Amino acid sequence: MMRALTWQGTHDVRVDSVPDPEIVNPRDAILKVTSTAICGSDLHLYDGVIPGVIPGDILGHEFMGEVVETGKDSTLKKGQRVVVPFTISCGGCFHCKIQQYSACENSNPAEKQDMSATLYGHPMSALFGYSHLTGGYSGGQAEYARVPFSDVGPIVVPDHLDDDQVLFLSDILPTGWMGAENAEIQPDDTVAVWGCGPVGLFAVQSALIMGASKVIAIDHYPHRLELAKQLGAEVINFKTTDVREALMEMSGGIGVDAVIDAVGMESHGFAVDNMLDMVKQKVGMGADRASALKQAILAVRAGGRVSIPGVYGGMTDKFPLGALMEKGLKVNSGQTHVQKYTKPLLDKIEDGTIDTTFLISHRLPLEEAARGYKNFREQQDSWTKVVLKPGTQKEQAA
Amino acid sequence: MKPNRQIGIAGTVAAAGVALGAAAFGAFLSRRHDGGGDDAPQFARRSNHGDHALVGRTVTIRKPAAELYAFWRDFSNLPQFMENVESIAEQGGARSRATWTIKAPGGTTVELRTEIVGETENERIAWASVEGSDIETRGEVTFTPAPGDRGTRVSLHIEYDAPGGAVGRAIAKAFQREPEVQARHDLKRFKMLMETGEIATSARRKSETRAAKQQENA
Ligand SMILES: NC(=O)c1ccc[n+]([C@@H]2O[C@H](COP(=O)([O-])OP(=O)(O)OC[C@H]3O[C@@H](n4cnc5c(N)ncnc54)[C@H](O)[C@@H]3O)[C@@H](O)[C@H]2O)c1
Ligand SMILES: [Zn+2]
Ligand SMILES: [Zn+2]
Repeated sequence: MMRALTWQGTHDVRVDSVPDPEIVNPRDAILKVTSTAICGSDLHLYDGVIPGVIPGDILGHEFMGEVVETGKDSTLKKGQRVVVPFTISCGGCFHCKIQQYSACENSNPAEKQDMSATLYGHPMSALFGYSHLTGGYSGGQAEYARVPFSDVGPIVVPDHLDDDQVLFLSDILPTGWMGAENAEIQPDDTVAVWGCGPVGLFAVQSALIMGASKVIAIDHYPHRLELAKQLGAEVINFKTTDVREALMEMSGGIGVDAVIDAVGMESHGFAVDNMLDMVKQKVGMGADRASALKQAILAVRAGGRVSIPGVYGGMTDKFPLGALMEKGLKVNSGQTHVQKYTKPLLDKIEDGTIDTTFLISHRLPLEEAARGYKNFREQQDSWTKVVLKPGTQKEQAA
Repeated sequence: MKPNRQIGIAGTVAAAGVALGAAAFGAFLSRRHDGGGDDAPQFARRSNHGDHALVGRTVTIRKPAAELYAFWRDFSNLPQFMENVESIAEQGGARSRATWTIKAPGGTTVELRTEIVGETENERIAWASVEGSDIETRGEVTFTPAPGDRGTRVSLHIEYDAPGGAVGRAIAKAFQREPEVQARHDLKRFKMLMETGEIATSARRKSETRAAKQQENA
């Protein structure tokens, strides 16, 4: 038996004893998890706004660890340290071959594809620990995890880099990077980023590396805005400032060239439509709150680009479709094609271009995962990123 | 000849008998793209398919047609991805007679006896049930090269009817309510097996896979 963080219901997650995972398919590997993070995406599960989660499901899609067992077709070796992409991808289908890994056709079990196919027109590929819509795979917030397609997903990391430096290759670093890439940044661009959570902050960092002349970060938490500032962004607090007017002024009256929505379906704010959507979400009518995205679409200049790494799961009301069309905007979105970015980003970590450790505010033992969820949700300002350390007993200093 | 709603298919061919059926089936296959004024396959039509209700699906598999054809032509391979099929024994002969053992509820099985009624190497295999089979069915799989390096488009069409009475109902259940769903999932599993060498499962332990659970329930 092992310990694992399980979902029991809205705002109810618990560390339980469950049977150890085993090698099931030839390409599998089993990891002993050494570090695993709680993500903003996990909060959508925690808040009960993602369908298809079953009590007892093991959460966690950001994890790394040591290989302890390999299937006969795995290319990994026991003892290797690897970081695991949250997207489960086979490497051999049409989408994997064109590096659209998060659209892999083969990772979501056949019998689980119908639900998302009905919702979206096509089945989703599989993700770790993220509902049965995306396969129902157990996640990595556990002592051990089964990793399918271990010959194409996990990236081996060198010993001189410690967990905290590389863990975020599993999701948020590539997600911030792809968020910036999807903004198609040109050298003189001004780029605005909604949300200064982990994804937004890495999008800020990436946009600057890609040569944006100015990056403007928007949130309402002072500490998170401060982190954005330290990365080199100018910041706007949407609670005290009229965001659209500010962006027009800060971009010389043109409007920002590209916008990045790193907030997703649970945006905060008091716009009338957002309040309405919040009520609907609460009573289970399932409209995604999209106030940040709506604001972004109005703020971007004509002919500009809209990048949406923030997660949405269903429908949204009162979407400014006219602005999208009349201004001739280009939209890029999607779950991150993590496998495409792990190697180039690992290189950037190794050569010192990117540091990810500034983000971590708390390091907790796995046993305290529930406290991590609660505080990451309720004290967002100071709890910027929680890393769980299975095998440790005490909270470590951040 | 009224459609057997229970398993969601029409029973024309079954009623017509096996010998006649084979001919009718050939005719219906050639009509797959007729009528309707567009190029979509008949099973995608909104309107009904005349007397024929069909289960049909297409997937694209990133492998050469010859490889996929060869795998399928060896019927003993099919249980690897056809969830309801326990085993297929080939008797051989000119028309490649085969006996399919198909899982039915309560741990029982039913037998489907087939022979090949048409084939073109690397392009198409068609089979139909013969006398003595518990289920009357015909099926066809086609392999068509996809553009560029996208591999092969594989289309599966299955039409079948089960006898009435208790056995019939058991078979309908064995086919898991929805033949269409089953065929779709089987074809997806075929794609997985061919492209990745395994069939995706989110089970954390061997005892939790669908196959293992089916064994348990049997
Ligand atoms: N596309 C992907 O593959 C992918 C991967 C990981 C995370 N995500 C998604 O990215 C989003 C952000 O993730 P995170 O971990 O940074 O989450 P987070 O919850 O830590 O951060 C979200 C931030 O957005 C801010 N915010 C809320 N409403 C806002 C508004 N109206 N305007 C501006 N800022 C607002 C919040 O104050 C918070 O700081 C989530 O939706 C998450 O699901 C997507
Ligand atoms: Zn994540
Ligand atoms: Zn794939």
